Amino acid sequence: MSSLPLMSAYELSRLIKNGELSVREVCENYIDRARRLDGSLHAFNTLCPETALADADRIQKQISDAELDSPLAGVPVSVKDNLCTSGVLTTCSSKMLADYIPPYDAFAVKKLRENGMPILGKTNMDEFAMGSTTETSCTGAVKNPWNTAKTAGGSSGGSAACVAAMLSPVSLGTDTGGSIRQPSSFCGVTGLKPTYGAVSRYGLIAFASSLDTVGTIGRDAVDCAALFSIICGHDKKDCTSAKNFRFDFNKAVSKKTEKKRIGIPEEYLTGNISPEIKSAVLNAAKILSENGMEVDTFSFPVSDYAVSAYYIISSAEASSNLARYDGIRYGFHADSDSIDSLYIRTRSEGFGAEAKRRILLGNFVLSKGYYDAYYKKAVRAKQIIADKLEEVFSRFDVILAPVYPRTAPDLGENLSPAELYTADVYTVTANLAGLPALALPCGFDGEGIPLGVQLIGRRFSEAGLFNLGRGFQLITDYHKRIPEGGRP
Amino acid sequence: MNYQTVIGLEIHAELLTASKIFCSCSTAFGSKPNTQICEVCIGLPGALPVLNEKAVRLAVTAGLALGCEITENCRFDRKNYFYPDLPKGYQISQLYLPICKNGHIEIDTDAGKKEIRIREIHMEEDAGKLIHGKDGETHIDYNRCGVPLIEIVTEPDFSSAEEAVAFLTELKKILLFTGVSDCKMEEGSLRADVNLSVKPENSEALGTRTEMKNLSSFRAVQKAIIYESERQIKELEHGNSIIQQTRRWDEDRNVSLPMRTKEEANDYKYFPEPDIPPLVLSKEYIEEIRKNIPELPSQKKERFIAEYGITEYEALVITDSPAMSEFYEKTAALSDPSQTAKWIIGEVSGMFAERGLSPEDSRLIPSDLAEIINMVTLGKISRSTGRDVLAKVLDDKVKPSEYVEENGLLLIDSADELLPLIKDVIGKNEKAVLQYKNGKENALHYLLGQIMKATKGRAKINEVRDVLKELLK
Repeated sequence: MSSLPLMSAYELSRLIKNGELSVREVCENYIDRARRLDGSLHAFNTLCPETALADADRIQKQISDAELDSPLAGVPVSVKDNLCTSGVLTTCSSKMLADYIPPYDAFAVKKLRENGMPILGKTNMDEFAMGSTTETSCTGAVKNPWNTAKTAGGSSGGSAACVAAMLSPVSLGTDTGGSIRQPSSFCGVTGLKPTYGAVSRYGLIAFASSLDTVGTIGRDAVDCAALFSIICGHDKKDCTSAKNFRFDFNKAVSKKTEKKRIGIPEEYLTGNISPEIKSAVLNAAKILSENGMEVDTFSFPVSDYAVSAYYIISSAEASSNLARYDGIRYGFHADSDSIDSLYIRTRSEGFGAEAKRRILLGNFVLSKGYYDAYYKKAVRAKQIIADKLEEVFSRFDVILAPVYPRTAPDLGENLSPAELYTADVYTVTANLAGLPALALPCGFDGEGIPLGVQLIGRRFSEAGLFNLGRGFQLITDYHKRIPEGGRP
Repeated sequence: MNYQTVIGLEIHAELLTASKIFCSCSTAFGSKPNTQICEVCIGLPGALPVLNEKAVRLAVTAGLALGCEITENCRFDRKNYFYPDLPKGYQISQLYLPICKNGHIEIDTDAGKKEIRIREIHMEEDAGKLIHGKDGETHIDYNRCGVPLIEIVTEPDFSSAEEAVAFLTELKKILLFTGVSDCKMEEGSLRADVNLSVKPENSEALGTRTEMKNLSSFRAVQKAIIYESERQIKELEHGNSIIQQTRRWDEDRNVSLPMRTKEEANDYKYFPEPDIPPLVLSKEYIEEIRKNIPELPSQKKERFIAEYGITEYEALVITDSPAMSEFYEKTAALSDPSQTAKWIIGEVSGMFAERGLSPEDSRLIPSDLAEIINMVTLGKISRSTGRDVLAKVLDDKVKPSEYVEENGLLLIDSADELLPLIKDVIGKNEKAVLQYKNGKENALHYLLGQIMKATKGRAKINEVRDVLKELLK
């Protein structure tokens, strides 16, 4: 069926459940597309066609026996390469873990299996999720399906590109400072960064533990919400996972859009933002306001501290989280004759430049004499930002903001770390405050590359964000366009 | 010049939980290397810690038993350093907000009672163990990784090795009686580090201190303190200064050796553990634990003296371990408490020691010991027969009263049985009888001996003496 890849994941599952499509047929179609098209995109680090098809047959039987009742039963999925998959390479796109096969499934992956979703493969990413172009991947960058000279964004560039090019109907990504939303907007797909704690981090290879989240990428808000409904929920193995969070998928994607008060941070429109993005975001605001939403701006000066606080906290945690890669138990190992040289050689050769930069930065801000000046201050700034947002949410239900200040860079543009870091200004806030944020396609730049806007909500207000996102997509068609090269 | 020694202790005690502090692996000691591990305790990528509630409960118990304040809002921190036995590259510990603070223990010294202040108790996970093989290779056993520990840090309140040992002895008892730790030093579940400095007697300022690690027995602590104190005084007397450093106690050579100086010391880059939310301990929770703390050894000792009328020494010995005091109370309930104390400290301890039995050994049950003691105190058997019966109980698992009966060990207490025997001895020993009548007291002893021989020791010697004297009048 040549139109199959154009179908939404939700629609595919419906057709599978009523017997019009088989799980194997759908799986084979996507595997075939990945084999044909991924050579030019490099969205995947690892493809697992054999296990996917074996799973497909097992799942088919469960569906036929009416044992599976999940909104995406039978739909194949791709998984970012920093989520542990039992028996399948999980590399974090790092030489350090190039051969690493975990003995267990991440919580979110376990949920995919329990809900009858065959895993097509592991998607390419920035090394240890540190980066925003996937150029820090040890296997090479992902190319943007809309223009292969452009970045697909990062760090979940592989997952976003997969969904945009229809190599997988939906995908799991992770977002520590924008890693789902930014590539989703560069690739013209919909991506959710959930509330911190809404999805277990168990089996997510840690970058910055207090900011890391596991989220979903799909072609529209409904698919994103459906996948989110599968992976969210309490996990007793992650004591930062929320105990009482409930998500009602059907209510979230209801066609009836609730009226919301929407606020736009003034500072986000006056700073270093590309005029194309600014007008696309304002256009989205206008559409929403014309459709019954109350839209206003507000002042959000503390956003100036967000990027610094984010890079200090995330690097501090990363320096500690990446300490376990010492060449002793698993992963890359450089032969040495002393323990010190084993550490030095393994870590010098196993990590790429960006990971090493963050480890050094993190060690610096935690060192004696600098802890108070940097780390402690950053934690305070994080708290101030969260408190300020709390106030904002007394006036507004949702914050509407750009995702990224510029359009997708060219691959090899060699942006400096400082340029890349400061460009995270609109995304890191949601991570610092632990808030959910939904990125939606809202236009195209002059070169035909998609542009995105994000909706940020109160903690655990995913249902509201999906409802608004779905409402926006009911009256716009940015999310329906597909890249030329991806046509079936 | 006279010098004063100033000592502080840091004690690591493994908490007596069945599973590890952040995962469900067993904490059992002595298993095959790397058989009690999982993705959490060996720090595989993506694994997360979940705090063991039992460990928290035991840490709070220790704090309350040691008179500490409990931190209602405490938190875990990461202590970052590289070592092959530390699989995550950091140890989850507590720096900023330890679970207990400001406690104390009273110890007995030559100069009377002394209070030793406890600065803090914090929780942490144990590391693995490096095993240096004969092949020159180093192997790592991660079984111990993640075993829950508390570190008890005292103020520098000790001035001698004796005080330090007295403190450790009392601390060990408290941890044992409250079930916080099994305190098996030989298995590493109780370990002590010594911080020591010396200063001229009249000086207020503390001297530069060293820290000694690897002390695996109270004896080692004692010897290390004496050695290190003398070493530092010698250095000062030679006009040298003390270098602040960590030293390792070499138990075979009885010397402390430098490990690393302060300049080489690690910067552990502590920061709050993001994987474990702050730990909130409610007042109700703390009170509930306080209510359930078992009687402490010092309280038990006082009670035993008051309730059973035993001596202070006896009470001290009997409250040395929970097993011994429990055994005592159960036995004392069935027999004379004072005799019970003497039997336990004397015969029972001696025979246990000869046989290498631990106080927990179950082959002697309180009712058996009480039966033996009762037979002796009621005059049914002699004390020496009682001892023999006890040995038989330990070695052959006999039942005391049955054994006494079957082997005819009961003392002869009827005159009907005794009189003919005595008369017979008198008849056969005319010479001795004559000597006694002529005033030779020794002759009476000889006759007594003959009678005891004839009764195989089952006669009550005082009664026999009275009867004999009467007959020889």
